[in-house]
Amino acid sequence: MVAIQGALCGNLQAQSADTVRSASKDTLKNHHLKEVAIRAGRISSRNTSATPLQILKGAELEKLNSFSVADAIRFFSGVQLKDYGGIGGLKTINVRSLGSNHLAVFYDGVEFGNSQNGQVDLGKFSLDNIEEIALYNAQKGTIFQPAKGFSAGSAIYLTSRHPNFEPGSNSIGKISLKTGSSGLINPSFFWQYKLSDNVYSTVSTEIIHANGRYKFTYTNGVYDTTAVRQNGDITAQRVELGLNGKLRDSSKWAVKGYLYNSDRGLPAAIVSNKFDSNERLWDRDIFVQSSYNKKFSDQYSLMMSAKYANTYSHYVNPDITTTTGLLNDRYYEDELYFSVANKYRINPFWDVDLSADYQWNTLHITENDSAKYRFVPPVRNTLLTALATELHFKRLNIQANVLGTFVKDKVPILSNADNTTEYTPAVLFSWQPTDNPDFRLRGFYKSIFRLPTFNDLYYTFVGYAAVKPEFNKQYDVGFTYNKTLHQQTLVYFAVQTDVYYNHVRDKIVAVPGADLGRWSIINLGKVHIQGIDVNAQATWQVLQDVFINTGIAYTHQKSVDVTNPNDLFYNQQIAYTPVNNGSVLIGGEWRKWYFTYSYIYTGERYSQKYHEVSNYLPPWYTHDAGFTYTTNYNKHKLKLTAEINNLLNQTYDVIFNFPLPGRNYRFTISSTF
Amino acid sequence: MMKKISYTIKCLLFGCLILTYSACRKAAQPIPEQDKALLPPDPTSVVKGFYLLNEGNMNMNKASLDYLDYTTGQYRRDIYNQTNPDVTKGLGDVGNDIGIYGSKMYVVVNVSNKLEILNAHTGKRISLITIANCRYVTFHNGKAYVSAYLGKVGDPNAPNGAVDEIDTASLQITRTVTVGRQPEEMAIVGEKLYVANSGGYSPPNYERTVSVIDIATFKELKRIDVAINLDRVKADKYGDIYVTSRGDYYKIPSKLFVIDTQTDMVKKEFDFGVSNLWIDDDTAYMYSFEFSYITGKNTTTYSMLNVKDETVLDRKFITDGTDSQIKVPYGIAVNPVTKDVLVTDAKDYVSPGTLYCFDPNGKKKWSVTAGDIPAHFAFTY
Repeated sequence: MVAIQGALCGNLQAQSADTVRSASKDTLKNHHLKEVAIRAGRISSRNTSATPLQILKGAELEKLNSFSVADAIRFFSGVQLKDYGGIGGLKTINVRSLGSNHLAVFYDGVEFGNSQNGQVDLGKFSLDNIEEIALYNAQKGTIFQPAKGFSAGSAIYLTSRHPNFEPGSNSIGKISLKTGSSGLINPSFFWQYKLSDNVYSTVSTEIIHANGRYKFTYTNGVYDTTAVRQNGDITAQRVELGLNGKLRDSSKWAVKGYLYNSDRGLPAAIVSNKFDSNERLWDRDIFVQSSYNKKFSDQYSLMMSAKYANTYSHYVNPDITTTTGLLNDRYYEDELYFSVANKYRINPFWDVDLSADYQWNTLHITENDSAKYRFVPPVRNTLLTALATELHFKRLNIQANVLGTFVKDKVPILSNADNTTEYTPAVLFSWQPTDNPDFRLRGFYKSIFRLPTFNDLYYTFVGYAAVKPEFNKQYDVGFTYNKTLHQQTLVYFAVQTDVYYNHVRDKIVAVPGADLGRWSIINLGKVHIQGIDVNAQATWQVLQDVFINTGIAYTHQKSVDVTNPNDLFYNQQIAYTPVNNGSVLIGGEWRKWYFTYSYIYTGERYSQKYHEVSNYLPPWYTHDAGFTYTTNYNKHKLKLTAEINNLLNQTYDVIFNFPLPGRNYRFTISSTF
Repeated sequence: MMKKISYTIKCLLFGCLILTYSACRKAAQPIPEQDKALLPPDPTSVVKGFYLLNEGNMNMNKASLDYLDYTTGQYRRDIYNQTNPDVTKGLGDVGNDIGIYGSKMYVVVNVSNKLEILNAHTGKRISLITIANCRYVTFHNGKAYVSAYLGKVGDPNAPNGAVDEIDTASLQITRTVTVGRQPEEMAIVGEKLYVANSGGYSPPNYERTVSVIDIATFKELKRIDVAINLDRVKADKYGDIYVTSRGDYYKIPSKLFVIDTQTDMVKKEFDFGVSNLWIDDDTAYMYSFEFSYITGKNTTTYSMLNVKDETVLDRKFITDGTDSQIKVPYGIAVNPVTKDVLVTDAKDYVSPGTLYCFDPNGKKKWSVTAGDIPAHFAFTY
């Protein structure tokens, strides 16, 4: 259905472009040429990557109606966002139906992990200081990367802003204030200062506060109930400090410190007779990471990184009273991480890489908490080694790697999980079949697994130490085509399409036990996933100073449960996975004005694996619009943005019984200095 | 030039319009009941039929009610929404118990904090009583008794549970008594109410007692020490109650105890686990589905007991090997006239379960797909 819409939309624009072409034969202005060149340059990384790459960066990212990284990622194909609603609601994604735990999130090159539940809340990352969001299926299409880079089913790379100091200026900064529906107040400050020619510092900080209230409606055609979402308040602070530098031998180094602290209500599922909740969560993430890059010679390059992370979370449920008071659990995670990657150029077309990562994780729970019962703090040692090779010719690039994963868990008293040793391969290629560099074919095969998390294994009422890793195999072939046209209404367009097949076995699933709140984790289930992802971008110059950018993403996916032919749900689409989903992005630029319109469509889904009326979730589709006005005021660049999201006020749930906001507004004022 | 721009904008807006209308949603409507002819009609059946309450997985708001009508032979699956389309979000989250008393049916919906009172013949809602974290219901002398995990929610110093007394005519809570922590099932013998305290919120500090309530004064008379983590309580017709202990899922196994209500003492203990039981006449039909964190395995057993002299029978109520198909036995009931045994399989808890019917010789008579986690039964006459 979306494909048709996309085609319609495309035709429409082509048509409108035709009618105005006669008026736009003037020569392009210099800066526009430059802009197009930049755009084309950016797309080329999309074009040549051996693994499918989707990217949002710079101005394009800034102009998107998005509050967090999770919002922006919705525009990618092959991605399902699990959104529990509101500003503070958990937002995780899965790519190509592989499950959130198969996705690795890298922040400035180092993984942002969670050993306790293996999922990263992407709602935590604001876009304030993010320069680029890149999503790679399988892995980044390079061999020179940390072993972690090879270790996930797909990977998101978030890159923080790099400074672009004006000549004669040694600082650059931005202050901004966002406000809007649900009582949102979000002031932020960003400042980069040039300490010397080779060193700069970064300060980025923000406060997010929202009462989280919004109206929602449920109806079955007979009852029609509207209420206000309760207990969705959040107060969060984020502080990041960074130092980046270059040494005299042209090696690069970076150090980053990060603090995120939040206090939020956890809104409950909206169920009959109970709309409210009293649960609260406090969490605090701290990490320090640093990296060092050096090219010793044309042959040998070295990349090192290290990280220490400390995560604290505190959960209170006043609806449960134990003998020691209200349910009150505190979790402490520690992580140490070291990584070395070496690349050696054997000859002009042959590179090899050897990467090794070591990671140490622990999880603790404080005394006197209910969670303490029979909980023994686990320690996990992980060693990842990757041996990779790349052949790069003028028109052909082939990469292959083997990842060795060695995991040893130590649990003081109870039985711990077996040691895990696995070797998993990946093969990638990108090929330009003709003389035309605009058209390329690509493909990959990757076998990878995800380990059971600490919760899966050791959490008293859930975990069970004999859970095995969950494996998946991914196959993908696709093409990319892009074209920059001059003296045309259509200035640039790019399209990439991939078909894929994934196979998941020993899927780790939680099943509730015989007793309330007691779950068991088991390896159960096989899933076959077949899909196609289509992405297209185009830039139109309809008038001399009117530019329109359009983007379309579409996914068609059959992800079926093939665990047991005797199951009622055998061969049915797995829960929360639509067959069709897609997005359309339109941005128009005219002098100081910028207009964005975005449309997201998610087809019908089922909230559980068996397809029946009571599990049916209707399609949802939201229209968002934004207007930005930029002007200069006293040497400051002032920007005003107004956004309307869910323009048609559609009521929908992404997760069954967790309603999302209807029409809502956001206003931003920012000044760059 | 402005004309061109406005034309472009019009085209774009038209495009948006198409996007809006081509992606249409079906109009919302109440979830329909699904009927299926399961048995030959038996208009003279003494037992008119039975309701089966499906718990539904937590947070899914999927508690549902099925009805097997013996007189017509129809299995009516998921009847609540069609019968009560005006109830916001339907029956609710986690249906934990069901009982019929007089012309009314009482459904305890745990996470939804409610006791639904329905017309036992039509399934139509009569009233609703909000009781936080309610668990089980039982009846005596014009009153319904509902156990609840916490007597007072939100007080850190009040870990104890409660039993509420509801007048079945006025449908108001008349009295409340505080019992042990996280009370589960109840049984009434004479003028005494017995409730199993579990203490499930504070492991390993489980409760190990049955509270005895004097119904006349509605005061807790005493607590009988039994074993940790008590769950089921059923009375036989000889003045004994059968109490199950769930153990701790590690070293302390599940067990069955018999309390003599004359002396209020444990008079017998059986060294095997029981998850659920149904006493019909002189026979207790029992199954055990026990998970051990030590072996990581579930163990399932089915057994029968003569309650007159408390001896284990060597008969089985499933004799044709169907037990190997039942993944997670979750509910049990016995038709008091035909002596057919009804057993439910909750399977993986997140997809529809199966209801099996076995004849008195243990042969499967029929099976049908029920709702998610089929669990609790109530017969209609």
